[in-house]
Amino acid sequence: MKRTPLYDVHVGLGARMIGFGGWEMPVSYTDIVEEHLAVRSKAGLFDLSHMGEIEISGTGALELIQRLTTNDASKLAPGQVQYSLMLYPDGGIVDDLLVYRFAGHYMLVVNASNTGKDFEWIREHASGDVAVRDVSHETALVAIQGPFSESILQRVTDFDLSSLGYYRFAEASISVLDGKARRACVISRTGYTGEDGFEIYIDRNYAREAWETLLETGKPEGLVPVGLGARDSLRLEAAYSLYGHEINEETLPYEAGLGWVVKVDKGDFVGREALLKAKERGLVRKLVGLELVERGVPRAGFKIVKGAEEVGYLTSGTFSPSLQKGIGLGYVSTQEARPGNELAVMIRNKPVGAKVVKTPFVESHVKK
Amino acid sequence: MYPEDLKYTEKHEWVRLEGNRAVIGITSHAQDQLGAIVGIGLPQVGDVVEQGQELADIDSMKTADVIYAPVSGTVVEVNKKLEEHPELINDDPYGEGWVAVIEISNEEEIGSLMSAEEYRALVEEGEEGH
Repeated sequence: MKRTPLYDVHVGLGARMIGFGGWEMPVSYTDIVEEHLAVRSKAGLFDLSHMGEIEISGTGALELIQRLTTNDASKLAPGQVQYSLMLYPDGGIVDDLLVYRFAGHYMLVVNASNTGKDFEWIREHASGDVAVRDVSHETALVAIQGPFSESILQRVTDFDLSSLGYYRFAEASISVLDGKARRACVISRTGYTGEDGFEIYIDRNYAREAWETLLETGKPEGLVPVGLGARDSLRLEAAYSLYGHEINEETLPYEAGLGWVVKVDKGDFVGREALLKAKERGLVRKLVGLELVERGVPRAGFKIVKGAEEVGYLTSGTFSPSLQKGIGLGYVSTQEARPGNELAVMIRNKPVGAKVVKTPFVESHVKK
Repeated sequence: MYPEDLKYTEKHEWVRLEGNRAVIGITSHAQDQLGAIVGIGLPQVGDVVEQGQELADIDSMKTADVIYAPVSGTVVEVNKKLEEHPELINDDPYGEGWVAVIEISNEEEIGSLMSAEEYRALVEEGEEGH
């Protein structure tokens, strides 16, 4: 199993480690609920160095990205980030990703377990003056998320964070080792929690300095390290899709509620024809949010029923620490997808009452 | 970690014998493995259970688990407080985190329960296997 440059730090902090997409990662340091609530009320620090980073450069870079992704990357100015999807010709999803536009190149940030597959997929489609480079192994990624993120991070960087909007990034530096050194990094106002926050890309050799500096700096505000357990419950409350759960090679962007990142008018791209046909046929199922109205914790794979009839299945589920009840995302047949619809989730062969709700489950606090 | 005056099961329940009553909970090892406990489904007073049968179900952030009846008998008390505060099982597994009381119908079953020493050995054996 692969380890991030922060592996020893996690073990030193007493984290419980688990296997995740081929990586040995911290699932929690103290308690998932405590870590979750710290991010909602104060701030949390995450090691996301397992994520993949792929650089694309050359005069044909934009054309390649336009052909492989669903969103319109031509709209990106340097310093901007875009959420997007890569599709197979049949409209199924290769991966979801972030596209960063730098002055002279692009960086795609992809799911850890898909990095190899994505890299091959991009290389297969590359032609002309394009260079595609997998820089994942050189790049560490640390995220700070929560309402106090800006004030904590601001104390270790000269860059004026108040000027950085949501889905914007800057090539900046952070000061480490008690101010004795400064390390170049990319600071991006993005995240996967529904809170304000930043993702910091930094050379793997400086990951430890950056992590320790941030953790120490944020202590007075209550910054704590947060593992993958709370990362999952936070993203679920925010109703963000996770590859392998809500989206995969068999789901269409429209049924997953991701039509907003599909720009069919931007020109041709892989999967476009299939999406147009699917739209014409109409959707047979839709991803919805479900809240349990009785006690229980829904989990991925559980059946969704209406009376005796099976109408769908859960793709993710958890106990929501913010709402103190079970929540889940799942696919149901289109006619059952309206908010307020009363359904049930099968938990240990018993139907447990649930209703369709609008998402996100918890109000978003990202920077507007 | 494993009080000497309690009896234990392989499924990580503990039993405190009070005459013909058995107070039941889960061990500190079990709650530690489950992580943050967020819900519990309790039996009802009057339920008749057999040794090894499902007594209650329990949800943590990580997983769902079942608490089995360590002895046969009738449920005479349940810890209703856990419905509002399931985290008491994490905080105080042998005290405030008790789950139910069973009036024992077959005293011979007590002999099948483990001592603290035997249970500790079982847990340590499991940990070496990791």
